[in-house]
Amino acid sequence: MAVEKHSPLAQFEIKELIPMEIGSLDASFTNSSLVMVLTVVSIAAFLVLGMRKHAHVPGRWQSMAELSYIFIANMVKDTVGSEGRTYFPFIFSVFMFVLFGNLWGMVPYSFAFTSHIAVTFTMAAFVFIGVTLIALAKHKMHFFSFFMPQGAPIYMAPLLIPIEVISYLSRPISLSVRLFANMLAGHTLLKVFAGFVISLGALGVLPLLFVVALTGLEFVIAFLQAFVFAILTCLYLNDALHLH
Amino acid sequence: MPQLDISTFPSQIFWLTVTFAALFLIMWKVAVPRIADVLESRQRRIEDNLDKAAEFKKDAEAAIEAYENAIAEARASAQSTINEMAQNLATDMAAQEAALAEKLQARISESEAAISDAKTAAISSIRDVAQDVASSAVEKLVGDAPDASVVGSAIDSALKARS
Repeated sequence: MAVEKHSPLAQFEIKELIPMEIGSLDASFTNSSLVMVLTVVSIAAFLVLGMRKHAHVPGRWQSMAELSYIFIANMVKDTVGSEGRTYFPFIFSVFMFVLFGNLWGMVPYSFAFTSHIAVTFTMAAFVFIGVTLIALAKHKMHFFSFFMPQGAPIYMAPLLIPIEVISYLSRPISLSVRLFANMLAGHTLLKVFAGFVISLGALGVLPLLFVVALTGLEFVIAFLQAFVFAILTCLYLNDALHLH
Repeated sequence: MPQLDISTFPSQIFWLTVTFAALFLIMWKVAVPRIADVLESRQRRIEDNLDKAAEFKKDAEAAIEAYENAIAEARASAQSTINEMAQNLATDMAAQEAALAEKLQARISESEAAISDAKTAAISSIRDVAQDVASSAVEKLVGDAPDASVVGSAIDSALKARS
């Protein structure tokens, strides 16, 4: 789909940087891949270099690294319980990946890979399949009792079971669309109002102020969506481990 | 809309998988153990220090108790020493007083004896003086020395009448 050069959607265009192919599949290194690599490198730097002093009394940097760890560790403990410890590195990775991806997207001329449904849906699908496999491994066939709410009269089953199955299957869709749509809408809105700043001349001060405020809001959303993605992963994991 | 361009999906998914796998490995093997290690050792150290503080507090309390006991003991022993000293002093003083009183009494009786001796001596010498005076007065008046025994008996009777 061709996009005009100055359309608000131009910022989401994927540009090939290094063409690559694996088999018959296109695996080119793109601007999206570049930001993903930057995300991983910056997370590793933030956490590993921040902790390099092993200080008993942490400095500012080490304190931030520890706080992000404690924040997610408490979240996992509160929503999943003590069994969640095993999955903590994964959930911490998901949170940091989405958060840093969103934040990298806020850098001008950068690229927000979390605004692409292909990326968010792959992550959501991975979480969904992983959680379902964990539930099947832990509860065997008993897992399917999950689709019949406890205490409901048996004659309601024909109605309840399809509803529960659909709601379960829609989880990866809601999880991925929530993040993708938030990022897409936020960045598009920023771009649209930024366009007004020039075209309105002296009155452009008003959209400029709006853009400044919206940028602040986008930083909040960047954090919030990473948090929502991580906490929903935790909740799904909790369902898988404890069923009802 | 670039998001719907299916031709970019394989590359996106491939690089997402690669980068996320790398991130997960770094997290799992390096970052998380390292942070957990620091947090745990800090927690241990805090607990350690709290334990030590509690121990020190206990020691301090024991020391305070020992100190208070020592003070109470010292106070009691000082009190008993004071009492003993006071008693000793009182008995010493009584003894000394008694000795002094005895000495003074002895002195007084001695002096009284000396006084009475002196008095008798004085009285007997008065008789001699009176006899001399009487004899020499008679001699001057009469021109003739009187008999000593007459004068003596007259003085004796006069003295007797006086005393």
